[in-house]
Amino acid sequence: MFRRSGGQCVATFAHDEVRVLRKVAAEVVGLLTDGMDHTDPVVSRLFPDIYPDRPDDSSEFRLYTEGDLKTAKIDQAGAILAALPDEGEGEVRLDGEAAEAWLRAINDARLAMGTRLDIQADTDLAEELDDAVLEDPGSSRVFQLSVYAYLGYLQESLLNALPEIK
Amino acid sequence: MALPQVAPVETPEIEEVPAEDRPWVTIVWDDPVNLMSYVTWVFQKLFGYNKDKAEKLMMDVHTKGKAVVSIGARERMEMDANQLHGYGLWATVDRA
Repeated sequence: MFRRSGGQCVATFAHDEVRVLRKVAAEVVGLLTDGMDHTDPVVSRLFPDIYPDRPDDSSEFRLYTEGDLKTAKIDQAGAILAALPDEGEGEVRLDGEAAEAWLRAINDARLAMGTRLDIQADTDLAEELDDAVLEDPGSSRVFQLSVYAYLGYLQESLLNALPEIK
Repeated sequence: MALPQVAPVETPEIEEVPAEDRPWVTIVWDDPVNLMSYVTWVFQKLFGYNKDKAEKLMMDVHTKGKAVVSIGARERMEMDANQLHGYGLWATVDRA
């Protein structure tokens, strides 16, 4: 988890955390690069229609803006990959700009996972995880729910480690 | 000879501002994933709102399901919504 140290946001990640974060960031990059499928609910959540009741205006706006938005999202996921050690454990130190890129990228990853996991406003994550473990502790759902919860804590810790906005 | 054609005079509705004169708004919608602290931070960062105003807006989104976060010209609102999408917030544009 992140803490504030010497004007930077600092975290020490264990081997498993590095592996999970690299995987999550790479998945976001993959989702955005392999010819995006707009019928995929994850893509519609990351690139919402700007005019829900005017499909033509929305498409026109998309035409001019989606490329840049996509590039920005790939870059911010790339900021996670760039700051992490290639493998093994390690310390990550983020200045203000890198911390913002991490926040945005963690958020994109949480949106993608939350959509796939069908997280709703009344979802109790701990309960959901208990149920999934009872059903099959080795299932992919248990892994995905754990990573989703972990990313939430990580994002919160990074927000707390940022200097107060005046 | 035919009588001169006179176009009927339309009585304008004076009590309502015509649609084309109304400003545009950027709306942020509630979603189950974004952290409350993150949404507050985005409002501070992007709009320069102080913490109290940003938190109030975030709570409006959370409790009412949506909130108007900026008002102005259409192009400006489109830019705001696009930037909010960059942060992963669910934003749309509409007339006020």
